[in-house]
Amino acid sequence: MASFLQQVVNALQWGSFYALIALGYSMVYGVLMLFNFAHGDIFMVGSYIGFFIATGLISLASLGIVTLPGWALVTLTILLAMFLTSFVGMLVERIGYRPLRGAPRASAAITGLMIGIILETGNLALLGASRQKFPDIIETTTFQIAGVSLTNTKILIVLISLLIMLALHQFIMRTKWGMAMRAMAYDFMVVPLMGVPLNTIASLTFGLGSALAAAAGVFYGMAFPVLDPYMGIEYGWKAFVAAILGGRGSVVGAVIAGFLMGFIDIFVAAYFPSTMRNLIAFSIILVILTFRPHGFFGQPHSAQLRL
Amino acid sequence: MADTVGLTSPPERKGIRRLWFAFSQLFAHTPLLGWLLGVLLASGIERIAGTSFARLIGLGKAPVLFGVDIALKTPALLPATLLYDLIIYVIPIFLVVRFLSPLANRVAGWLLRYPMGVSAVVHVLLLYFGLHLWTGVSDYRVLVAKLMLIAIMITLSLNVVNGYMGEFSCSHPGFMALGAYIASLVTVVLLVGGSNFGPARLPAALGPFLFPIALILGGLVAALGAMLVAFPSFRTRGDYLAIISLAFMFIVKSLFENLEALGGARGFGNQPNLASLPVVFIWTMLCIWIINNFVQSTMGKALNAVRDGELAADAMTVDTRKTKMIAFLFAAFWAGVAGGLFAHVLRYVNPGTFGLQKLAEVLAMLYFGGLNSVTGSIVGAVGYNLLSEMLRPLELFKWIIIPLLLILVMLFRPTGLIAFREFNLRNILQPKQQPSKEEVKNVPSAS
Repeated sequence: MASFLQQVVNALQWGSFYALIALGYSMVYGVLMLFNFAHGDIFMVGSYIGFFIATGLISLASLGIVTLPGWALVTLTILLAMFLTSFVGMLVERIGYRPLRGAPRASAAITGLMIGIILETGNLALLGASRQKFPDIIETTTFQIAGVSLTNTKILIVLISLLIMLALHQFIMRTKWGMAMRAMAYDFMVVPLMGVPLNTIASLTFGLGSALAAAAGVFYGMAFPVLDPYMGIEYGWKAFVAAILGGRGSVVGAVIAGFLMGFIDIFVAAYFPSTMRNLIAFSIILVILTFRPHGFFGQPHSAQLRL
Repeated sequence: MADTVGLTSPPERKGIRRLWFAFSQLFAHTPLLGWLLGVLLASGIERIAGTSFARLIGLGKAPVLFGVDIALKTPALLPATLLYDLIIYVIPIFLVVRFLSPLANRVAGWLLRYPMGVSAVVHVLLLYFGLHLWTGVSDYRVLVAKLMLIAIMITLSLNVVNGYMGEFSCSHPGFMALGAYIASLVTVVLLVGGSNFGPARLPAALGPFLFPIALILGGLVAALGAMLVAFPSFRTRGDYLAIISLAFMFIVKSLFENLEALGGARGFGNQPNLASLPVVFIWTMLCIWIINNFVQSTMGKALNAVRDGELAADAMTVDTRKTKMIAFLFAAFWAGVAGGLFAHVLRYVNPGTFGLQKLAEVLAMLYFGGLNSVTGSIVGAVGYNLLSEMLRPLELFKWIIIPLLLILVMLFRPTGLIAFREFNLRNILQPKQQPSKEEVKNVPSAS
């Protein structure tokens, strides 16, 4: 029982990465009907930006210039990484997606894929092949509750992730910008005619999604402190599958599917040989999609594919 | 005022465009046959004199891929490689194209009096001889040529789904893996044997006859796998094919990683050496021929109709689901055959080969060349492979330059370089200059 609960805790942490990344895919797919294949690599970039900020702040402290308390260090790292990475996302939209708005949708997916490869290779060229060690920005303490070992990092990651998701949900449901995004998801041909600026909303969507991916990247660095340039690939693609599993443009769906993905990953690895993880995870997804082809919360829509 | 002039007189060409026009006029009357003869001559010259000429101008050996790789490694050798290319390739081809084109035109016209197949076979044979001579210089070239031909098959088969059908399929690496493993299994078990499989069951001399059967079996198994993808995803229109095919690709890769009998993650090797250049060439030509016929058939037109408007196609009596299924299985079959060839060219496969990297590569080749076009797929596969091999000395920066190039192609030609072009055999094979009037009069009277 204790080991089962332990796996649940691990799965919650693992799933929150997937959920945060899947939200970015889901928003872009919901609003613009496009696949953002660079998103996994934006997660990687966010993680590296977080790494630089954390390292910089810690070295500032060690030089005796500014010493930040522990909570401020974490908050500042997460917020700054989210803020800076959102510009990377907007840049990707500006270069790879906006010029192709009239083109077949698959072409934009290909530019996204290629931008992703450039981000990976650029990282490798700039920082070299050695893996980076994410600094400890939080002192780990371990609690033992009923045989389950909880670390404060895990609790923090899951709680802040849920907080961010809640904030996003409120943003989309309560604000004018959120309403514009929902309207665009409903019909992106007509809504721009009503005076909603398509380009601004597209930038906003990419920026928000990238900020969430950056948060996931920083959390990933806190939990598994080894970063390498290709870490975004498999996460990205699996979160992409999770986003579709949740249903087109559904925030709640993406979160649930992301956590489901985390649970499948962790539990398969716990009870089967870990090499079978992808085999079983994707078989389950194949079965789910066979019975619910529109995902958990998606509505069947007449996709007027532009190709 | 300038506008009214522009309406009546032919468009004025200035600067580079004018030069380009004059340049293209030099070759306007050369049929394909002329170009093939030129390539044949250049490859022959290189075969006979290439190495000694390369030594003469200070290159160690004949540059493998037009010297680009050498020049990138040591820029000081750039003039020598340029000279080599000029003397060995450019000048012979130019001379043949410029001065033998009347002869080539006459031969091409004469060939077209027989059924088109005869002319096509002659052209393909010439192409093969050119390729054979060109690759004869080094084993590396043979490998590059084989992989290029296989890439053509894969790109073409993906084009049937992503281009002609207009869906977004991600499962081609999975189909390739199925084909590769099944074909390898057949040949290894029957012809080679091994610790897992016991002794060889058939004499090795039967290899060339067994190989096509193994490849077709691999293709059929890939098509069977495609059925698994097609059933759930073609029930609804939308992007679900993208997701389900992606899941399928991961499943296949993971499956082979866990099959210890086939080597697991360590890979599966020891395939017999059956995929020689002529074999790969014949299969590629067969693939181009059949896929070209398929997309120009009624089925192909129905496929295009489904892409452009499924409801409308349905109303026009197209059985949309059946059409999509057949096209998808057909594409998977050819991807499987290509996978089988791939395994026998490298004589080793491992599941890691058929992952996301392969997917990105196949998609890049397809969208580089162009959707909905057989020519586009050939250009894309050949261009991508040549570029990728030539830029190899740049190591890491290769993976910045190639994606950048592809992004530029996408920005300026969103559907690829040569998209939506029909592949018309007669236009390609026919002489580019009609025989003079007297000849036209003489031919019917003489015959």
